[in-house]
Amino acid sequence: MTAPGNLERVLTSGGFAVTAECGPPRGADPESIRKKGGYLKGFVDAVNVTDNQTAVVRMSSMASCLILKEMGFDPVLQMTVRDRNRIALQSDILGAAALGIRNILCLSGDHQSFGDHPGAKNVYDVDSTQLIDMARTMRDEGRFSGGAEITVRPEIFIGCVENPFADPFEIRAPRLAKKISAGARFVQTQCVFNVEKFARWMEMVRDLGLHEKAYILAGITPMKSPGMARYMKNSVPGMDVPDHLVERMASVPKEHHREEGMAICLETIERVRAIKGVAGIHIMAIEWEEIVPDVVKGAGLRTRP
Amino acid sequence: MIVADRKPFDEIMGMIESCERILLVGCNECVTVCAAGGAKEVALLASQIRMKRKAGGRPIEVDEKTLERQCDPEYAKSLAETLEGYDAVLSIACGCGVQLVAETCQGLRVLPGLNTRFMGVTEEHGVWAERCQGCGDCVLDRTCGICPVARCAKSIMNGPCGGSQNGECELRHDTPCAWQLIIDRLKASGELSRYGEIAKPRDWSASRDGGPRKRIREDMKI
Repeated sequence: MTAPGNLERVLTSGGFAVTAECGPPRGADPESIRKKGGYLKGFVDAVNVTDNQTAVVRMSSMASCLILKEMGFDPVLQMTVRDRNRIALQSDILGAAALGIRNILCLSGDHQSFGDHPGAKNVYDVDSTQLIDMARTMRDEGRFSGGAEITVRPEIFIGCVENPFADPFEIRAPRLAKKISAGARFVQTQCVFNVEKFARWMEMVRDLGLHEKAYILAGITPMKSPGMARYMKNSVPGMDVPDHLVERMASVPKEHHREEGMAICLETIERVRAIKGVAGIHIMAIEWEEIVPDVVKGAGLRTRP
Repeated sequence: MIVADRKPFDEIMGMIESCERILLVGCNECVTVCAAGGAKEVALLASQIRMKRKAGGRPIEVDEKTLERQCDPEYAKSLAETLEGYDAVLSIACGCGVQLVAETCQGLRVLPGLNTRFMGVTEEHGVWAERCQGCGDCVLDRTCGICPVARCAKSIMNGPCGGSQNGECELRHDTPCAWQLIIDRLKASGELSRYGEIAKPRDWSASRDGGPRKRIREDMKI
């Protein structure tokens, strides 16, 4: 066994983790990943790389993770089950582990009808819970999903996502319980804007003892403008942006939109940190990665463990 | 039943562009029930084709016929005997019917007038919806009679995904989230504790993924 990755180290040592999301470019330019990485260096414990998010074609998560790893980051490889079957997924888990990419985040993925190739055929051979179970079996039992033995087991730290704001609400903690029992050790949530609802969900998570079995990172997204707030509220499935926040963003003059977005973001971080069982935050500054250092500093989280 | 839609009229006209005499064949089964390819639709489409071609100065002869079942060789063969002088057969049955007619009418162009959509039910008058994908390994006993393979956009076996909102699928407001329906039924029957069971990966080899499927009943073969 090699030493755990940085994210696992921070979480298991009881530190409050800070991770950030990095969206790969729509081209073959490695510099754009390095540029985004440059903004994050020293401010986060791990960088999470999306896997063709919103079903729009981008540079692969695996390649982007490797570029970030070469920069000294502990990358988190997002793996959706939308585009790959169990053969390709397991192959990529082995490949990631061989490259030293230790963190695997398992998710369903946005349906292709939302992206730029709506005529594509989807896969969904396994679902996200089954992918978690498959990754855990590969690591812990040294077996592929098909039963054959693995020569060298992948050393991986397995994560999942959960959306506390999707319906039916009462099933959202039990669904996380399934993912954790399948093998997830860290959890990223959907962007938290409705802190009251998030706190209610966390209460259900604690009632099931899930916060003691996995590390829960609250999703944080700084808003740039009232337009972004409205778009997320009305057009992004599973997103819950309360009206009072949309109104608050719209209530300030245009030149102060970003400041207001930052203020809301920092208030949200302060409130979620106070909720028992929250082990860290995951900052999703969508195409605004350069703001992450300000968020981390503003939240008083600059000193990384 | 198999639910189908008529192809766009211009597409059909394009297919028969070079023809002067065609046989338009409907089917008395599923496509009659879903009002896409029965005797009534045969008559309607035949008139439309004749009128359009006449208006364009190139009249076409369209004969009409509706078989009991186009997917049954007994009926499809009877058609083969009456094809003298036609340039093409335009079938408005499902894809199965079109293919069996094509197999039995060798040497003649057989054209599809419908797009075959799905296996489904009549939800209300004039509304049909998908219910089954013919996966070959039914799970309805475990999912309260609601199929996540056919009715969840991601065929998730441990749902619902993070896009389920207000009981709707994230894809379309008019599509119920299959997992919301499953959970509602589990709740209603006091079986919500069953939700905790993790559904294992499916064996898709019984589905289309295992290659074209065939069922043989040796005892019934003649």
